[in-house]
Amino acid sequence: MSILCIAEHDNQNLKPVTRVVIQAASEIGGDVALLVAGSDCRGVAEQAAAIPGISRVLLADDPQYTHHLAEPMADLVAQAGSDCSHILAAHTTTGKNFTPRVAAKLDVAQISDITGVTGEDTFQRPIYAGNAIATVRSKDPIKVISVRGTGFDAVEGEAGPAPIEDYAGGAASGDSEFVGEELGQSERPELTSAGVVISGGRGMQNGENFKLLEGIADKLGAAIGASRAAVDAGFVPNDMQVGQTGKIVAPELYIAVGISGAIQHLAGMKDSKVIVAINKDEEAPIFQVADYGLVADLFKALPEFEESL
Amino acid sequence: MKALVPVKRVVDANVKVQVKSDGSGIDLANVKMAVNPFCEIAVEEALRLREKGLVEEVIAVSVGPTVCQEQLRNCLALGADRAILVEAPDNLQPITIAKVLKAVHERETPGLVIFGKQSIDGDNSQTGPMFAALTGLPQGTFASQVTIEDGNCEVVREVDGGLQTVRISMPAVITTDLRLNEPRYASLPNIMKAKKKPMDVLSLEELGVEDREHIEILSVVPPPQREAGIKVESVEELVDKLRNEAKVIA
Ligand SMILES: Cc1cc2nc3c(=O)[nH]c(=O)nc-3n(C[C@H](O)[C@H](O)[C@H](O)COP(=O)(O)OP(=O)(O)OC[C@H]3O[C@@H](n4cnc5c(N)ncnc54)[C@H](O)[C@@H]3O)c2cc1C
Ligand SMILES: Nc1ncnc2c1ncn2[C@@H]1O[C@H](COP(=O)(O)O)[C@@H](O)[C@H]1O
Repeated sequence: MSILCIAEHDNQNLKPVTRVVIQAASEIGGDVALLVAGSDCRGVAEQAAAIPGISRVLLADDPQYTHHLAEPMADLVAQAGSDCSHILAAHTTTGKNFTPRVAAKLDVAQISDITGVTGEDTFQRPIYAGNAIATVRSKDPIKVISVRGTGFDAVEGEAGPAPIEDYAGGAASGDSEFVGEELGQSERPELTSAGVVISGGRGMQNGENFKLLEGIADKLGAAIGASRAAVDAGFVPNDMQVGQTGKIVAPELYIAVGISGAIQHLAGMKDSKVIVAINKDEEAPIFQVADYGLVADLFKALPEFEESL
Repeated sequence: MKALVPVKRVVDANVKVQVKSDGSGIDLANVKMAVNPFCEIAVEEALRLREKGLVEEVIAVSVGPTVCQEQLRNCLALGADRAILVEAPDNLQPITIAKVLKAVHERETPGLVIFGKQSIDGDNSQTGPMFAALTGLPQGTFASQVTIEDGNCEVVREVDGGLQTVRISMPAVITTDLRLNEPRYASLPNIMKAKKKPMDVLSLEELGVEDREHIEILSVVPPPQREAGIKVESVEELVDKLRNEAKVIA
């Protein structure tokens, strides 16, 4: 078995989800190489080289990979992985953007969002918003896989550095270009890897009221999330949406405030270790998954909660 | 230019599905079916581009069994000009669906192909980018805004970190995210009109696509169930439980 994993990073820091992808690869077993594509990103390759379980790092350092656009990334990954048995990337917006292109170039299927490995060709993945778990066997010569960030524990620790080899992809095509980005700035932990998440829904009424969550998040070292309704209403930006079609989180503690608990929201948080729900409607479906439910007006409960921490 | 919109028939978003007791799949008997919500957003976007005069014809296409005609009629009632059904078994993999759509693309040569970002049954998030790779077209996925100018398409994309804008040359592939638009409802007169709009029916053989089995489904089981929790009476009790029972806060 020869497995190619794709690193996720911002040209400066390796993202923690990369260690999750490597864990999934090590459960498949075999030689694991890690591809770091970006520009001026040797520092990232050096961080990556210290992850236990990898045999080498391939460094594709070229301006065309700066923003990980799908077109050049797919060309590169399909080339680098053409002799491999498996290609693994994270099921993030970056990974989801290029992995299907890679699979199509290699004329194989993709197995999306896996949460378990039961053999070199057999994997578990949630379907129907997590209401069913499918076990699937791939019959393709190359298995192109995207890995759910909460599906595996991250590989821990540091190892003697693996060798870094320079790797060159083909020429850029030029039919897609990066124009700009507006990234959320936050001192708080990243939503998908935070130990505590507190999320607000439509019940928060407006964006200003999310301040009520911030005080609590500060005290708990929590990330702040939201339901789709809160994002659609413009209370908070899209990158805070938790759910089937947003981010999947599985913290030690998830606190849902003014969120009813629609199937699509539950899909994004029901693997959290402890779930708390604060909602004024005692019939709200969120209480069916909550370990601790508090039927209360959030505008009264949140200040009290912050006070008592 | 033409806009081609691939639409999928899926279980309605409000239905909580049940797994069959023999572990072979999802129980779909008497379950309400609908157009995949992201595909509705795709149809809406195509219609708005037509209303702005940027698109001349909106074509909805679905790959699946005969019953998918219902969902195609829905798209026609929303305003699509015509529809194409490619009759196929309902368990095709995205890679095969992408090949079928490539064959349709060769016949229609649209300037824009607008997919949903994800089907809410399989949660694959694959078909749009696969199609883009097979046709060699650039892609703007998870779109929350699409602007067409000078033969290019500027797409604002919902990414994990926030928003990213890319410019892609046309013809191009778009996949829709939730905030792109709010789909309209079909009016009664339009539902009536839709019955007369053209619907072509094609087969996999006609399009020269072979249904290869890439993936075998071994079992489908319910997810682990959470133990029932408790209701607490006050914030004080909640904090006490979190501290001393669950031990998740200091
Ligand atoms: C294709 C598709 C994809 C989707 N993807 C997602 C997704 O990824 N994530 C997601 O979250 N949703 C998603 N949804 C939407 C989902 O179906 C629900 O509509 C949404 O989750 C509802 O958000 P909410 O719970 O904040 O709002 P509501 O359902 O309106 O609930 C608001 C809750 O707040 C409570 N409340 C109001 N005032 C107070 C108060 N003062 N104190 C205490 N409680 C109060 C109410 O009792 C109510 O339970 C998706 C839907 C579709 C169709
Ligand atoms: N059977 C199908 N027929 C037509 N379009 C499809 C089909 N399956 C998927 N699609 C398109 O691909 C998108 C993403 O689906 P998926 O890759 O399954 O998540 C959908 O929103 C549709 O636009």
